[in-house]
Amino acid sequence: MKIAVLIKQVPDTAEERILDPGSGRVDREASDPVIDEITERALELALTVKDRDKSTEVVVVSMGPADTIKSIRKALSMGADSGIHVLDDALAGADLVATARMLAAALRDTGADLVIAGNESTDGRAGMLPAMVAEHLSLPLLGSLVSAEIGSDSVSGRRVNESGTQEVVATYPALITVTERFPEARFPNFKGILGAKRKPVETLSATDLSGETMAASTVLDVSKRPARTAGATITDDGNAAAELVDFLASRRLI
Amino acid sequence: MFELTEDQKAIVEMVSDFAAENIAPHAAAWDRDHRFPVDVLAQAGELGMGGIYVREDFGGSGMSRLDAALIFEELSKADPTIAAYISIHNMVVWMIDKFGNEEQRAAWVPQLCTMEMLGSYCLTEPGAGSDAAALSTRAVLDGDHYVLNGTKQFISGAGASGMYLVMARTADTGGAGITAFIVPGESAGLSFGALEAKMGWNAQPTRQVVMENVRVPVGNRLGDEGTGFGIAMKGLNGGRVNIGACSVGGGQAALDKSIAYLKEREAFGAPLIGQQALLFAIADMETELEIARTMIWRAADALERGTADTVRLCAMAKLVATDAGFNAANTALQLHGGYGYLSEYGIEKIVRDLRVHQILEGSNEIMRLIIGRLAVEK
Repeated sequence: MKIAVLIKQVPDTAEERILDPGSGRVDREASDPVIDEITERALELALTVKDRDKSTEVVVVSMGPADTIKSIRKALSMGADSGIHVLDDALAGADLVATARMLAAALRDTGADLVIAGNESTDGRAGMLPAMVAEHLSLPLLGSLVSAEIGSDSVSGRRVNESGTQEVVATYPALITVTERFPEARFPNFKGILGAKRKPVETLSATDLSGETMAASTVLDVSKRPARTAGATITDDGNAAAELVDFLASRRLI
Repeated sequence: MFELTEDQKAIVEMVSDFAAENIAPHAAAWDRDHRFPVDVLAQAGELGMGGIYVREDFGGSGMSRLDAALIFEELSKADPTIAAYISIHNMVVWMIDKFGNEEQRAAWVPQLCTMEMLGSYCLTEPGAGSDAAALSTRAVLDGDHYVLNGTKQFISGAGASGMYLVMARTADTGGAGITAFIVPGESAGLSFGALEAKMGWNAQPTRQVVMENVRVPVGNRLGDEGTGFGIAMKGLNGGRVNIGACSVGGGQAALDKSIAYLKEREAFGAPLIGQQALLFAIADMETELEIARTMIWRAADALERGTADTVRLCAMAKLVATDAGFNAANTALQLHGGYGYLSEYGIEKIVRDLRVHQILEGSNEIMRLIIGRLAVEK
């Protein structure tokens, strides 16, 4: 079985993340790059399949600037077998539409039975990319799962939303996305770290993928998040609890 | 020459992440409760920390002495006690890997590398510390077994370990009459003293190891009769570099905390970091730790290449690093004022933990003896 995992290199969520006001793009120099934590959990899920069945092949796929190789190497050190790096200066500033097109093209040739992605990233957070990729590849999408069973010819999982729980299943090939409800990723061991550089990483340009690099959208404006203001204070005159419940309910927090 | 490779940077990053997540948050509680976290040690073993510079064929990580020093410094930033215990364990595993025959390596190295089994180093005795060649534990050949009798003192991991590497006397010829033995933890006649109450290092047990007619198969003798003292000393060369790296890590953590504190703490209307006297203290800590780190790396390189001045450089590294680490921690306590004396700030624990590094793996007086003798013999 072959599993492709979409990983994304993002600014470390533990540090301050900055958007360049001129371009509207992430300032990649402002913080350390790390593998997005949800896509790291996606990789962990794939690796648990490989733990059970050594014949499983795991390939990680990522699109990003040159130093994205660091995240690909880390994924290889954790146990992935190979990597695909979609790298092209023409792709700087690519939007969801362009990115989905490129990643779909890169995935098409892998022949993966299953593609695993995170449901959304910690930086862009559109949460749309996996669905767009699935559409390009005509794959069934089981999105935002909280648990998954990866079988030999089908994948099933559970999805929870406001109205209830869905049990979903798809035969391969298929694409699933995981949420932060999945287990944390493992640490790479020393052997994995030292062996990572011997694993193959294929670099593909936009030309290799014969894909249109033009972004279909443009960032018009970027504004700073307004400074935090004082919140509402509830003074307890006997029905503070009820007011608190109303407050939370009005924001759909309970 | 002093630039780390991409692999080494990745290794340091992984160990740092592991220690920050699985060790640092618990270090204070383990110290307070005297808990030896064997479960976390097994996790470290899974990652390859049980046999860092042990050959790969029986499960070692096959890495260099410099890699090991980098790893111990990183672990020690989270908890010097745990880092130091792992360093002692590595010394024991390496001794079996280096001096054991194929049967011994196959029998012991795999489970020691994963840290499913822990190993203890048994040289010191109640009456023989710095003068280790005067040890009196005796091993007498009886058919296809040796019979061991004697008591070992200050043994890290005693009672929890699955094997004990015991230096015992097989002839009354001083250092030349000492032989090394692999003593299984379940041996009849093997018992342990009470848990020692200590100033620091509370997250690892220290006990006496008592042998009363312990029968050990001849096949558990490590090397030939009479080679035990040399084996013990060769193990200690690496042990000294590793414990020095642990001191640098602990000292660095104390320094990092001090810088953060002095930037934040205000007195006389401004942050304390603006006081030049305190800035100079930071400069001295930073410099002494970097000197120590440089010496550790040099000694690690000598060990790796087996150069003629290995013993001398390892002794110097141990002396410089364990003094620098303790001094940095002690200065950090002073810089934190009254808060440094409170357990909550994590500084007093580093002071307590690092103090013993100046005593063990050969006291710093013995390091001076080694360095001085080699200097005048030249």
